[in-house]
Amino acid sequence: MTQAFDHIEAQLRRRHRKTRLLKALSMGALGLAGLFLVLFFTDMLIKGLPAFKQAQIQVEVDYSEQASQLPLAAVSEAVRPLVSRGYLRLIPSRMRDDPALQGTTRSEWVLADGQVDQYLKGHHSKLSDRHRAVVDRLRAEGRVELRFNTRFFTSGDSRMPELAGIASAAMGTVLTLMVTLAVAFPIGVMTAIYLEEFAPDNRITQLVEININNLAAIPSILYGLLGLAIFINFFGVPRSSPLVGGLTLALMTLPVIIISTRTALRSVPDSIRHAGFGVGCSRWQVVRDHVLPLAMPGIMTGAIIGLAQAMGETAPLIIIGMVAFIPDIGGSITEAATVMPAQIFTWAGEPDRAFIEKTSGGILVLLAVLITMNATAVVLRRRFERRW
Amino acid sequence: MSMSMNSHASPESIPSMNRPSSGEPVTRNDSANHALSVRVRDLDLWYGQFQALKSISLDIYQNNITALIGPSGCGKSSFLRCLNRMNDLIPRVRIEGLVEMGGRDVNAAKVDEVALRRRVGMVFQKPNPFPKSIHDNVAYAPRMHDIVSRKADVKALVESSLRDAGLWEEVKDKLHQPGTSLSGGQQQRLCIARAIAVQPEVILMDEPTSSLDPISTATIEDLMDRLKRRYTIITVTHNMQQAARIADYTAFFHLGEMIEYNDTKTMFSTPHTRKAEDYITGRYG
Repeated sequence: MTQAFDHIEAQLRRRHRKTRLLKALSMGALGLAGLFLVLFFTDMLIKGLPAFKQAQIQVEVDYSEQASQLPLAAVSEAVRPLVSRGYLRLIPSRMRDDPALQGTTRSEWVLADGQVDQYLKGHHSKLSDRHRAVVDRLRAEGRVELRFNTRFFTSGDSRMPELAGIASAAMGTVLTLMVTLAVAFPIGVMTAIYLEEFAPDNRITQLVEININNLAAIPSILYGLLGLAIFINFFGVPRSSPLVGGLTLALMTLPVIIISTRTALRSVPDSIRHAGFGVGCSRWQVVRDHVLPLAMPGIMTGAIIGLAQAMGETAPLIIIGMVAFIPDIGGSITEAATVMPAQIFTWAGEPDRAFIEKTSGGILVLLAVLITMNATAVVLRRRFERRW
Repeated sequence: MSMSMNSHASPESIPSMNRPSSGEPVTRNDSANHALSVRVRDLDLWYGQFQALKSISLDIYQNNITALIGPSGCGKSSFLRCLNRMNDLIPRVRIEGLVEMGGRDVNAAKVDEVALRRRVGMVFQKPNPFPKSIHDNVAYAPRMHDIVSRKADVKALVESSLRDAGLWEEVKDKLHQPGTSLSGGQQQRLCIARAIAVQPEVILMDEPTSSLDPISTATIEDLMDRLKRRYTIITVTHNMQQAARIADYTAFFHLGEMIEYNDTKTMFSTPHTRKAEDYITGRYG
C-alpha cells in the first residue's frame, strides 16, 4: 500500500524542520565561538597595543662633573621626577664611554617615567597634580609625546615598567625551543618509525603504545617535577637554564611528535611500501626513500604544533626555575633565562599598574609568534605535499 | 567461451602426464621441453591458524607465462607472494616446504629476501608507482642495486626499460613529471618498466590488469607476450579468458589446494579434473 502524497509531505516537513533547527543551532555555536574570539582579541589589542608606544620627554641634559657622580643632577629639578630613573642611572657610564659629552649641555629626547606614560595614555597615574600640570604644559609645547617603543623589543625585564622589554624572554624561548627541537624531533620521529615500521605487534609494543598515548595527556606540571628531579637534582643541569627547560619541554613534546609521526606514517598507503619491497629495498630503504617523503608534511605539522604547545607552556618551567628576573639578553643555553609565557606571568603579578599593558603586549607578541609558527606549519605542509 | 569442454579426453594423448587419480592433484612435467625456473614442493602456508596453502607442488618453466587461476581466497596470490617472500611482511605467517630457484631454497635462512627480490620482480594489482618522477621510478632500483651509477648509463637503462615496457614513445618528453600523472594503464606499464629495470629472471604479476580498462588490458597482455622471451612470467588472474589468451601453463587453485596444473590449451579444452572443469565452465567462482 503506498502512502498518500499528503502524508509523505507532512512527514517531510517535520524532518526538514529538524534539519533547519540543527543547522541553526550549529551555526549559533560557531557564531558564539567566533564572538568570544573577537572579544578576546579586541580586549588584548586595546590593552596591549599601547604597550608598543612609550612616552618620551625632551629635556636639557647637563653632562657636568657633578652629574657623573650624582646623575640626578643632570636634569633640572622641575622635570627630574618626569624622567625615567633608568635613563638617569646610565648617564655616568655614558660619560665615561664618550668623553666628548663631558661638560656639555644638550637638549635630548629621553625616556619619560612610567607614571608620565600612564598619565598620557589616560590610565591611573601616581603623578602629583603639580607634575601633571608640568606634563600638560610640556605636551602643549610638543616636548612630551608617545613614540614607538623599540625598547620593548630590544631589552630585557626591568623593575621599571618604562624600561621593561620582552627581548630576554624571547631569546630564552628561542634557545629553549632549539633544545626541545634538537632533542624531541629526532627521538620522536625515530621512535615512531620503529614502532610503526619495524616493531612486531606484541604485548610489549602495545604497552609502549598505550603509555605514549597516556603521556600525551599528563598534566604538564608533572613534567616540571620530573625535570627538577632528573635533570637538575640527578644530572646537575644548571637550574633556570634553557638547557633544562628545553629538555623538560622535550619530554612533554615527545608524545605529541611520536603520535603525529605515527599517524603520518600510517597514512602512507601500503602499496607504496610493497612497491619498494618489490624492487628489493631493505626495510630502511623503504622507509627513507618512499615512506618518509610522503609522511614528511604530517611529521612537520606535528612537530611544529608540539613546539607551539611547548612554547606556550609555563607550569613545568615554574618548577625548574625559569620564572626568573632576567634583565640581560643571554646567548647561552646554560645561563639562567626566562621564556615569554613566564615573563607574561611575572608581569601579570607586578603591583605597578603600568605592567598591565606590558602583560597584554607580551601576550600579543606571543600570539603573533604562535600564529607565525602555525602558518609555517601550513605552508610546509603545502610545499611538501605530493600526490601518489 | 567457444572452446570445447570435453573433460573425458584421453590422458594418453598427452605425454608425461600424471594420470588423474581421485583426490590427487593433476600436475604437469614438461622439463623435457623447457628449462626449469622455479620448483615448488609440498608448500604449506598458514596465516595464524588458517592454512591458506596446502601442499602445493609445481614446476614453473623459463620463458613461459604461467597463469594462476581460481576463485577468490583460493590461495593463488598467497602462492605468488611465496615466490619472492613478500609474505615475510605479514605477521604470524608460517611457510613450510620447498621453493627452489637457481638450485637454492629461497626460504633458507641464508638467502636474503632483498637479493631474492632483485631476481624476482613484482607487478601489483593496483598500479603503485613511487611518488617520484617517471624517470626516477625506473632509475631508483637499478641505482640502489648499483647496477648503474654513471649518469649516461642510468639514462640509457631508463630508456631501454621504458621501451621494453612499451611506454617510451608516450613519456619520452615528460620524464620529469610525476609517475602518478599517467593514466592507469600507463602507470601499470611504468611499474613493469620499473620491475624489468633491474633485469630480473622472474616477474610476478598479481592481477596486473584487474584495475584497467579493456584497451589498457590488451596493451599489457601484448607486452607480457613480448616479455616472456626474456623473462619467466607468473601471473595471477581472475579473468579466465585472459589466462586462455596469454598463458602457456595454467594452474587452478581451489581452497588452498592446487587442483590442476596443465598447459593452457589442455586446461581450457580438456581439463582433467572435475573442479577445474566446473570452474572454467563457470559453474562457480
